[in-house]
Amino acid sequence: MADPDTTETTSKDGFSLLSLFRRPEAGAAAGFILIFVFFSYFGWEKNFLTPLGSSTWLNFASKVGIIAIPVGFLMIAGELDISVGAMIPAGGIVLAMSVGLYEMNIWVGVIISLAICAGFGFINGMLVTRTNVPSLIVTLATLFVIAGLNAYVSKQLAGTTQHSLADVGVVSEFIMGDYHSLILGDGDSKFTIFRSLQSSFFIWLIFAIVCGYILHVSPWGNWIFAMGGDQESARNAGIPTNRLKIALFMLSAMAAGLVGMTEAVLANTASTTTQFGMIFNSIICVVVGGVLLTGGFGTVTGTVFGTLTFGIVFQGINFTTFDKDLNMLFIGVLLLVAVLMNDSFRNWATSASTSKKK
Amino acid sequence: MSSNTPVLEMRNVDKSFGPIDVLHDISLKVNEGEVLCLLGDNGAGKSTLIKTLSGVHQPTRGEMLMDGKPVSFNRPKDAQDMGIATVHQFGGTYPLMSVGRNFFAGAEPTKGFGPFRIFDRQKANKIAVEQVQKFGITRITDGDRLVGGLSGGERQSLAIARAVYFGARVLILDEPTAALGVKQAAHVLRIVNEAKRRGLAVIFITHQVMHAMAVGDHFAVLIRGAIAADFRKGDKSREEIADLMAGGESMADLEASIGV
Repeated sequence: MADPDTTETTSKDGFSLLSLFRRPEAGAAAGFILIFVFFSYFGWEKNFLTPLGSSTWLNFASKVGIIAIPVGFLMIAGELDISVGAMIPAGGIVLAMSVGLYEMNIWVGVIISLAICAGFGFINGMLVTRTNVPSLIVTLATLFVIAGLNAYVSKQLAGTTQHSLADVGVVSEFIMGDYHSLILGDGDSKFTIFRSLQSSFFIWLIFAIVCGYILHVSPWGNWIFAMGGDQESARNAGIPTNRLKIALFMLSAMAAGLVGMTEAVLANTASTTTQFGMIFNSIICVVVGGVLLTGGFGTVTGTVFGTLTFGIVFQGINFTTFDKDLNMLFIGVLLLVAVLMNDSFRNWATSASTSKKK
Repeated sequence: MSSNTPVLEMRNVDKSFGPIDVLHDISLKVNEGEVLCLLGDNGAGKSTLIKTLSGVHQPTRGEMLMDGKPVSFNRPKDAQDMGIATVHQFGGTYPLMSVGRNFFAGAEPTKGFGPFRIFDRQKANKIAVEQVQKFGITRITDGDRLVGGLSGGERQSLAIARAVYFGARVLILDEPTAALGVKQAAHVLRIVNEAKRRGLAVIFITHQVMHAMAVGDHFAVLIRGAIAADFRKGDKSREEIADLMAGGESMADLEASIGV
């Protein structure tokens, strides 16, 4: 890697293959391309690449993705949040009950729902920062507490665990939960940009940009990395680690609640069923995206790539001739390969730069 | 600037945790541009002493003075605000962050305004590289480099340069050379000398007599929580210091007892 030519290019125009590989999301991007090409080939016959086919896995990815980004933040900061599994239905049923039972405006319901999720996130954060119990255990406990509350409160207030949520107006549906298509022209010359993408996809896109800004451009990002790298040093450097951590737990709780709300608006129904699958899914996306489980390293772009990869593997098998029962096996292998690959990329990132100047 | 007033002084400081006395009647002082070497074997109370100096613990009895005025630190932040910087081994550096981001962790330079204040990467990198190079680490030229790729000595130097840049007057170095090879240790010692040349008061904690003698002006040997000897450069030989550190037992006896 200490190729003199490479070094020269870097210093001249700031771009080279080496500096590309040094980017932390390089591993996740490479993995995504690999998986994408693989499924494009094997899923060609069954329309994996068509706009409609793509929206299948993009819609799936968007929901995991919205949760994966803040969970990734927490992981970079050295923490985990698995209570999101119960926060998703909590967000949905609070919205459904606000609108259906108490006849509130949908946006008032959204705010109430977000506030309640933020409250749970605050409790998570307080418990983790005040007690020093590992966040895995704290959020495991709150996962069940919230799951219990979901069922109990909704039975007490509405007498059911399945809430219906009537259509809430064109604009709100458009923003929160609808299918969107963009088709240029018509007749034979029509060209489809995208088709049947859910609102959550666009929410994910905007959320990713905002979070990318926070993590990589704003000074707060530095605090999150520092906290995950060495919490004691970060505190000594004057970073308000406790407050920051609480804020991150609130963010992940609200993101999960938001996903629950988009699902409720889209499906016109909200259930109290705890989404245990989403806990693992979000963690897999983050890890495949190159975030270090022990903290201190990761990117939003990487997490987005990780989520896309996961979405393809999870949904893509339906487009191929492979047996669908192999789905879980694929995901397990993906996770292992991704972790090994990210490790190598990270090692290159640190060692490649050392050999730059001897 | 009256060089007679020590920057930091401890007077008859005791520290006990419940019934256990850890530090007993410690009196120390360090002047500007002077290196005080704190020597002691494992368990002699060095860590407790550092933590008391840097505000993690509060003395049970006795007083601490800065520039001749009594001070008390309730939190490490208080000590930092007064200009006391503690650099632990590898402390204050984050391996998977770039040199620039490391240097400014917690005090990021920003550009823009309001909610659009963004981390000024170029400025951070430039200052970080400049400051580190001023300490003689010329190998660091790229502020985007990850700190994990630097050697232990370089990381230590980065932490010291950072402390100095942010206005430290007293530098407490906790075993900075312990895990380093000969060359890297020499590197760190050069940095200690550079800090001293710039007029910082340095408290250098070590159990390696050679390293202490290379940079120290003033030495204090800590045994079982008390100062067993306090002397200036050239007053004692290396063997005498080593003997003191071993608890008064002579090195020759020690060697005899393990059958060398």
